[in-house]
Amino acid sequence: MTAVLERPGRRFADRRSRTLAWVGLSVLVVLGVVVAGGLAADAAQTTSLTDRNLGPSASHWFGTDRLGRDMLARTLAGLRLSLVVGVAAAVVSAAIALALACSAAVFGGVVDRAVGWLVDLFLALPHLVLLILVAFALGGGTGAVVAAVALTHWPTLTRVLRGRAREVMSSDYVAISRQQGHGRGWIARRHLAGHLTGHFLVGTVLLFPHAILHEAALSFLGLGVDPGEPSIGILLAESMRHLTAGAWWLAVLPGLCLLVVVTLVDTIGSSSRALLDPRSHHL
Amino acid sequence: MDLLTRAGQALAGRLVRLVLLLAAVATASFALMVHSPVDPVDAYVGGDIAAIGPEQRAQIAERWGLDDPPLERFATWLGNVAQGDLGRSLSFNQPVTEVIGERFLTSLALMATAWLLSGVFGFSLGVLAGMRQGRFTDRVVTWWAYTLASAPTFWVGLLLLYVFSVSLGWTPVCCAVPVGVLADDVTLLDRLHHLLLPALTLSVVGVAPVVLHTRYAVIEAMASDHVTFARAQGESTRGVVVHHVLRNAAAPAVLLQFASLGELFGGSVLAEQVFSYPGLGAATTTAALGQDVPLLLGIALFTTVFVFVGNQLGDLVHARLDPRVAQELGRARRPRWGRGEPGEPLLDPGPLAPERVGAR
Repeated sequence: MTAVLERPGRRFADRRSRTLAWVGLSVLVVLGVVVAGGLAADAAQTTSLTDRNLGPSASHWFGTDRLGRDMLARTLAGLRLSLVVGVAAAVVSAAIALALACSAAVFGGVVDRAVGWLVDLFLALPHLVLLILVAFALGGGTGAVVAAVALTHWPTLTRVLRGRAREVMSSDYVAISRQQGHGRGWIARRHLAGHLTGHFLVGTVLLFPHAILHEAALSFLGLGVDPGEPSIGILLAESMRHLTAGAWWLAVLPGLCLLVVVTLVDTIGSSSRALLDPRSHHL
Repeated sequence: MDLLTRAGQALAGRLVRLVLLLAAVATASFALMVHSPVDPVDAYVGGDIAAIGPEQRAQIAERWGLDDPPLERFATWLGNVAQGDLGRSLSFNQPVTEVIGERFLTSLALMATAWLLSGVFGFSLGVLAGMRQGRFTDRVVTWWAYTLASAPTFWVGLLLLYVFSVSLGWTPVCCAVPVGVLADDVTLLDRLHHLLLPALTLSVVGVAPVVLHTRYAVIEAMASDHVTFARAQGESTRGVVVHHVLRNAAAPAVLLQFASLGELFGGSVLAEQVFSYPGLGAATTTAALGQDVPLLLGIALFTTVFVFVGNQLGDLVHARLDPRVAQELGRARRPRWGRGEPGEPLLDPGPLAPERVGAR
């Protein structure tokens, strides 16, 4: 404390400002990837048979694939697809989680038990097997993957939100509100909403990485997006055939980019959680 | 005697829960399969679809009972499942139980190796990081675990495959046994040699949650009163860790390892695809790509049992390691939501501890 007072000039000295700056930077990079991916959509599909299977060079930073398509453009387009799928999945899953957790907390009793039971049911299978089943049931293809990823990521968030909501509902001020004759809807609006917003937003962001990685995994297995579309999973699945020929750049670089983007999104989520947590002021 | 009846009651309770869970999973997955737009006859006949006429189609459909209402088909299927008959796999042309049995043994070798490796490495790294909290070792280990938590399993597999199999040539490129060798001539060493890289992939990725949670538990234990007391009595750091911290840290690590069987299986699906390893994970992919509904349903049921057994074993071992948990379990027979649920406090260990990211 005294050290800070002595040196008021160092603005970025405390961890809170640094975390904020880091979150801002990550958001910018992720947005940049989305924009760049949109711009690279054409280049990702342009074949050039004279430049086939080239390694990384100044003109093709990530090299080219067997049809001479620029891997940098394909990677960017794939990342954009991943992020779009991630957004759709995170938003839908988060909405489901919020609805279930709130109804469990507000109505209690049978509804509460049913929600708990549903969560247990969804967690009973390995997540990837569940994804494969749902994607299969929806007939495969890009739409099916988005739906499968969106419909299966809510259980863990539901657990967290339900725990929080239960805490709020059992608190004294809610009991007093009840005594004063306020209805369930009023209590949910006035007391529950404020307490859940932070957890909900952070939980939504933290669903992203899971969703992105699962989309990539399904596409890699050949159960995901249509093979014509450049998704990171598809790129890596294609690269497998050329790996023994020594084309390492096809596999290493797109995967690395996916890893970086997932890490960035994860950073955004966990840093915002630390920032929203009132205990974090001493960080 | 009293103890015996109580153990029996607990076992019966668990079995009832498993049966209820299986019934729910069976109903849900059957409903999913029925609503699939894929035509089972087309899927079965495959490329020869042009060669068969409508009469033959109708015959196949009738033979399989596809014209019956879904509810009736479900009842028939469930009746067969209850008798241990899961139907016949289309893509392997074998009874589903046989396919799962054979494939699972192959996968089990892989998953067990990976499970042990990630448990041992994750625990040691976690203890190391927790002991040196805030120092260089801790930072490196934590950063490494965070990064691995976001790494796609199949990408890690591809990297290892490129480095060790393609560039260095130390390990085989594919399969579980050498190609072109009779099954009787395959030695244990051959199998281990083929197993090494997929198992390494799975454990490298699976190590992250164990490291992070062990680290957290070690830090917590190091800050506790009993450790301060031991230190005051002149115990060295090594002595403190060995005698006062390890057991505290082992409980969550073991629970987590057992609870991660589902993710381990998910990872093995991907790793087996990368290394062309003929296990149950690869069979899952084959079944989904080949529209093999009976096998998919069988795998869904089987993996449910697998995950359930993992969770129950985790509970038991956790109770052995931590007597407080055993008391809790003895008091409330069913873990209550939000408090007794063993996985929950681990998954959300506070604002400073990392979130688990695991798409294996």
